[in-house]
Amino acid sequence: MLEVRDLNAYYGKSHILQGVDLDVAAGEVVSLLGRNGVGRSTTVKAIMGEVAPIGSVRFKNKSIAGLPSYRIARLGLGYVPENRDIFPSLTVRQNLFLGQKDAGREGRWKLADMLAMFPNLQRRADTAAGVLSGGEKQMLTMCRTLMGDPELIMIDEPTEGLAPLIVKQVGELISEIARRGVAILLVEQKLSIALDISNRVYVMGHGKIVFEGTPADLKANEAIRREWLEV
Amino acid sequence: MAELVLISTLNGVLFGLLLFLMASGLTLIFSMMGVLNFAHASFYMLGAFVGYQIARWAGFWPALILAPIVVGLAGAAVERFGLRNVHKNGHVAELLFTFGLAFVIEEVVQIVWGKSPVDFRVPTLLDFPAFTIFSTNYPAYKLFMLAISIAIFVALFAMLTRTRIGLIVQAALTHPHMVAHLGHNVPLIFMSVFGVGAALAGIAGVIAGPALVTQASMAALLGPILFVVVVVGGLGSLQGALAASLLIGLLQTFAVSMNLSLSDIFVNSGFSPNPKSVLGDLWRVTIAQIAPVLPYMLLVLVLIFKPTGLFGNRET
Repeated sequence: MLEVRDLNAYYGKSHILQGVDLDVAAGEVVSLLGRNGVGRSTTVKAIMGEVAPIGSVRFKNKSIAGLPSYRIARLGLGYVPENRDIFPSLTVRQNLFLGQKDAGREGRWKLADMLAMFPNLQRRADTAAGVLSGGEKQMLTMCRTLMGDPELIMIDEPTEGLAPLIVKQVGELISEIARRGVAILLVEQKLSIALDISNRVYVMGHGKIVFEGTPADLKANEAIRREWLEV
Repeated sequence: MAELVLISTLNGVLFGLLLFLMASGLTLIFSMMGVLNFAHASFYMLGAFVGYQIARWAGFWPALILAPIVVGLAGAAVERFGLRNVHKNGHVAELLFTFGLAFVIEEVVQIVWGKSPVDFRVPTLLDFPAFTIFSTNYPAYKLFMLAISIAIFVALFAMLTRTRIGLIVQAALTHPHMVAHLGHNVPLIFMSVFGVGAALAGIAGVIAGPALVTQASMAALLGPILFVVVVVGGLGSLQGALAASLLIGLLQTFAVSMNLSLSDIFVNSGFSPNPKSVLGDLWRVTIAQIAPVLPYMLLVLVLIFKPTGLFGNRET
């Protein structure tokens, strides 16, 4: 579904991505792991067109490298950025409403579903999203992107800085997304939830993919974990 | 005195609302695209001249409708074919582009309509005094300007807070990337906001043209004040733009009508400054004389004590 080949990206003169190859099949859950600053977020941003991509990016057999972000999103590629860009002056309900690509267009996710799944969002549906807690904001950004009914959703560091209880909820939502047949590319630093729910994992180091395999392969490969993941 | 207060208040509110028609577009464009549009007041001038021309051919009422549309389309074209291409070269390039555009528009207007003021008249339907207080006749046309300005403010506010397009625009004010990631056509939104902003300035031009003087220098006269309004009100805040517009409108109108100087204030206190001393002239400067400077003094004070502006939540 998503095929990335020899993807390069630059911030000014620094060469951040140095030939990344990556695939996500329809309905698959894939994690992109690695330490801070190795280029995981940049990979996702380059796929989404927020950072200029050099190389081949294909989604549903269509080249998307160089397309404006909104066209990429409309092809069915969803993106949840790590900074939880909720629209602070709008209410929770309005945030979710703008997740729909056109007014009234509902896919496999409905507003009522979202509010039923997360009582906190239900309770605060008509308050400004800016006052939500970090965990609530994370739920809101994920739900908002889901309202656009993506076929593949890329989620950047959903559990960063959240309490363990909320991390568990995020994990449950990600499992629910997978159950409804949506492919997931999960960018994570922590191994815990990524290894539990992924079909395949990539490990990134210094702008390149340094490992690809199943979660079991990664658990068995202590050298890779020690060199590229553990602090 | 009561007469002065009442008339100055009406005039101040009117001037403030005219400022708001222009500042609202400027502040939306500024916070959404990061473009400091130096040509914004030029769209106001363009509105006045296009309105004048259409009024000569077809009368004032068609001009009131058509001129803002023409100016709005011109604004949209400036964004689509000018700014969008300049954008990749950064904010300095955009700034210089709009700065140059202001000169181009002024020159073109001078070539077409000449340097001297044109005879843009109040429509005969509204050319009568609405009411007389004490000895002052208040023109009906000014009340009409007030009504138009208020109607547009209400419409703009309703559109931004009640419609889906308005919500998308609000979201794009602070998070344009995220709005694009959700599949909304951000370039189209930018072009539309620029067009609507220009059209609002155009409306201000059409209705202000007959009341003030329609001439090529009218953009340069008003342009700097708009930036004061936007910064004092707070970037991207429509309520802030409204409050600052009214504040500056009233401030200037009242200041112009006050012939008070510092020595007048102290005259009864027994303190009499020596008029021959170095700063002696300072004591005789009247408030009316410093009226044009007051908005800029307010700007400096706001930047020192509340850099986010009265209603804004981001640094200037």
